[in-house]
Amino acid sequence: MTGPRKIARAAFESVDKLFDRAFTPALNPLYHLGTLGWFFYWIVIVSGIYLYIFFDTGISQAYESLEYITNVQWYAGGVMRSLHRYASDALIIVIMLHLLREFVMDRYRGARWFSWFTGVPLIWLVFACGISGYWMVWDVLAQYIAIASTEWLDSLGIFGQSIARNFLNSETLSGRFFTLMVFIHIAVPLFTLLAMWIHIQRQRDAKVNPPVGLAVGTLGMLLALSFIEPAVSQPPANLDMVPAIINFDWFYLAPYPFLDRLPGLTMWALAGAGTLLLLALPWLPPLRRKAAAVVDLGNCNGCGRCVDDCPFDAVSLQPRTDGTEFSEEAIVSNDLCTSCGICVGACPTSTPFRRTAELVPGIDLPDQGMRALREKTLAIAEKLTGTARIIVYGCEHGPGLEKLETGQIGVIKLPCIAQLPPAFIDFVISRRHAEGVFLTGCSEGNCHYRLGQHWEDQRLAGERDPYLRKRVPTDRVGKYWAGITGSKHLQQELAAFHDRLKVQPPLQQRKPGRPADAATADRAESHE
Amino acid sequence: MSRITQIIGQAIAYSLFAVVVGYFATRPAYTHLAPDKAVIKLSFSHAGAHIEECRRLTQEELNRMPPNMRQPTDCPRARVPLMIEVELDGQLIYRDELPASGLASDGASTAYKVFPVNAGQHHLTVRLRDSRRTDGFDHEKSADITLTPQQNFVIDFRPELGGFLFS
Repeated sequence: MTGPRKIARAAFESVDKLFDRAFTPALNPLYHLGTLGWFFYWIVIVSGIYLYIFFDTGISQAYESLEYITNVQWYAGGVMRSLHRYASDALIIVIMLHLLREFVMDRYRGARWFSWFTGVPLIWLVFACGISGYWMVWDVLAQYIAIASTEWLDSLGIFGQSIARNFLNSETLSGRFFTLMVFIHIAVPLFTLLAMWIHIQRQRDAKVNPPVGLAVGTLGMLLALSFIEPAVSQPPANLDMVPAIINFDWFYLAPYPFLDRLPGLTMWALAGAGTLLLLALPWLPPLRRKAAAVVDLGNCNGCGRCVDDCPFDAVSLQPRTDGTEFSEEAIVSNDLCTSCGICVGACPTSTPFRRTAELVPGIDLPDQGMRALREKTLAIAEKLTGTARIIVYGCEHGPGLEKLETGQIGVIKLPCIAQLPPAFIDFVISRRHAEGVFLTGCSEGNCHYRLGQHWEDQRLAGERDPYLRKRVPTDRVGKYWAGITGSKHLQQELAAFHDRLKVQPPLQQRKPGRPADAATADRAESHE
Repeated sequence: MSRITQIIGQAIAYSLFAVVVGYFATRPAYTHLAPDKAVIKLSFSHAGAHIEECRRLTQEELNRMPPNMRQPTDCPRARVPLMIEVELDGQLIYRDELPASGLASDGASTAYKVFPVNAGQHHLTVRLRDSRRTDGFDHEKSADITLTPQQNFVIDFRPELGGFLFS
């Protein structure tokens, strides 16, 4: 991660932590920007349907019907109109934050390009929805938007007749134009919904609803705003006059002052270049992708745990191809695989207890496989001294781990913490390779690979297969989800865990019949 | 953090969000045109004369053509560009050659130009050449006009209504 991006990520994480304290990580709105976008979209749709019932298309009727909705029916129509406007504005805020956050967190390159790429056209579509909506009010703001927008379109020179001439003066304006605008204002949001659906297609368990608590709070906030500051129309449009000073919705109209100052074609060039740049970002530069996970059919029984746990739908099941009695086998799509290793952590064959000559699980990362992890664990454990030895497993997207290493604490980095099968924790403790295991990684709720931290938490809590065996004493397993800004707290948490281990009674040999020094035996196995 | 502190924190966060949304939804106001200004808008769509006159084909030429294509005249499609001039208070503020639209230059020429001017009295003259002549103009209109602040004064050209229209 480069310097400026690291600083930006640290800034995001600092704000995250503030929100974590107020909302808890489960309800932190910064972790739910995408689902909040969906939520605002649905508020806009529902309120829009209500407004459409009372809206009348026509040069004077449009304004009059909205005046009726706003002033006479203020308790319902007025609130709906305000919700319609403010939810649309909030949608722009969460879209921009979502875009910026995913960029800063480097979650848009490699196999994840698709979500980024399909999200860029959504920006255009949402702006088209908002701008066409303002147009329909037919007040002075609508007049300004209509003329500025059509002048901009005319600058392309592809329309036979000037569209802006429709708004030359009161005599040239036709009510049919409003019918067209209503159609656009309904069709574009529907198309936007389709684009939103495409946007989440490569996400497993994609969430489209924010947590209930956050949804209730957000809706309450919008309702309160709607009563305190109801959305109202500005004076009616009059094409014989030019609007001079206009109350502006800067969320949607921020580019418009530039339209007043720059030639239309220059603005098209800037907008086009900006869009192309955004579309091309996943390849500027491309992510140096690690090798995708590979399936070893000899060890895969097609149980499907890797399919359930992959956050990016990169693993699927297909009919067996090797003639064995199992009905299915896992298959990895190299294009979709982010090499996070979560599938490896889910595989029941990823256990260091296995007595095979080589530790080869049913699915594994070629560059950072289970065998290497076992060997590394044993090599580090061998060097540790003292009565409270700890092995720290940390994800490479979390805090720097190097400073944690001491004579009693060894550190192993993983692509994602969920690459670690719970069996490894059992292995380390029950075979007395260390007195304790400590897990760390991205800050809570902000897993680089979306679901890894969540899955690992569930595995440790015995809620998700593969479970951490009950024989593992929970007081010998510590964790702290730190993020890159939490190094100091991580050190404190680890030190406290270390102190607690020191006063624990010595570990007992767990497996009867094993040699007195099981650790020596494991090392011997790993070097076979 | 206690539950009460959390609720206060959430209330602050929601309020800040609401303030940002509520404020920037309508403020600050944007000044599109200085309140003491008016606008003269020149806009029309008009086809100039054909570059070449239609020519009546000779009987010999007609005989050489397939029977279903024997039209008596040959009319080249291309049209001349329009020449437009706008003069305000004796000063030329706009002069342009407007090409005919279309790949074969056979469509109408289009003008769309906005001139912000001070409100008040002005003398306005507009001239248009739409024929094959190379000098002078075919249409001209002058008027003393009084523009009120923020007025949208439109110059249109409708030959069927007598040429330039001021409104």
